[in-house]
Amino acid sequence: MKSAVVVFPGSNREGDVARAIELTSGRKSEMVWHADTSLPKGTDLVVLPGGFSYGDYLRCGAIAARAPIMDAVREHANKGGLVLGICNGFQILCESGLLPGVLARNAKLKFMCREVYLRIERSDTPWSRRYNAGAVIKVPVAHGEGNYLADAETIARLEGEGRVLFRYVSPEGKLDPAWNYNGATNAIAGIMSEKLNVLGLMPHPENHVDPAVGPTDGRGFFESIKAALEAA
Amino acid sequence: MKARVTVTLKNGVLDPQGKAIEGALRSLGVAGVESVRQGKVFDVELSVKDKPAAEAALKNACEKLLANTVIENYRVEVIG
Repeated sequence: MKSAVVVFPGSNREGDVARAIELTSGRKSEMVWHADTSLPKGTDLVVLPGGFSYGDYLRCGAIAARAPIMDAVREHANKGGLVLGICNGFQILCESGLLPGVLARNAKLKFMCREVYLRIERSDTPWSRRYNAGAVIKVPVAHGEGNYLADAETIARLEGEGRVLFRYVSPEGKLDPAWNYNGATNAIAGIMSEKLNVLGLMPHPENHVDPAVGPTDGRGFFESIKAALEAA
Repeated sequence: MKARVTVTLKNGVLDPQGKAIEGALRSLGVAGVESVRQGKVFDVELSVKDKPAAEAALKNACEKLLANTVIENYRVEVIG
């Protein structure tokens, strides 16, 4: 499993995700600078990490989505390669057009930094094969713009094609507005591209992988990616 | 040439910032405010000399970067 983590000015979770990948796969990630124009040869997985690229100027992820490296990321995605965007990375994927919709300001305007419960909607994807469909995991979120919006047609398409992978739910796995902290449409926390190879999610599974720090619900996420790449 | 680009949220898109400002104006006792929608203004200076070229350049800028057309509208005014 060869992974590349793209670093933009203002990214700050690149170390966390690289650590989670190393813990679960035993392989170090390569850091790729945003101004580069190509990915390391043989890259299987590209990660756009969390943070505040370009200070969130203009719109979150808007400027990073137009960075030189993004053409190579787009090409990797078009060839079916895995692309993962976490938090700011999800915002960058939406701004770049690799995923539909936008992440707007949280409905209650508050920056949310807390743990949330996520329901995993299906297990037959490269991102979730180590979980059972319907499983609920607890992972942290930290964002001010995570309210997923898209036009009704796009939402219907995402739902119809099973492209919603994670939803904010209650600890029992029930949809409940009280547990949908940012007001996202249909409590959407993470979506995939048509071929399921591009995933964007607001929560941070990379922060719950080490028992020394706390819960390890996020481990299965990285173990899923590893298993998917080994099976490929 | 000088121009002004205005980017606003499309109708129906939730604008929590606008709502918060609206609430603040009400609590300040500013009379007659029915609703507030927040947007962005960009004042741009261009090296091109004719109006159609300036408008075309700014439309391109809006489509490529300044507006997210999923949720935002834009308006270009070339001031001269």
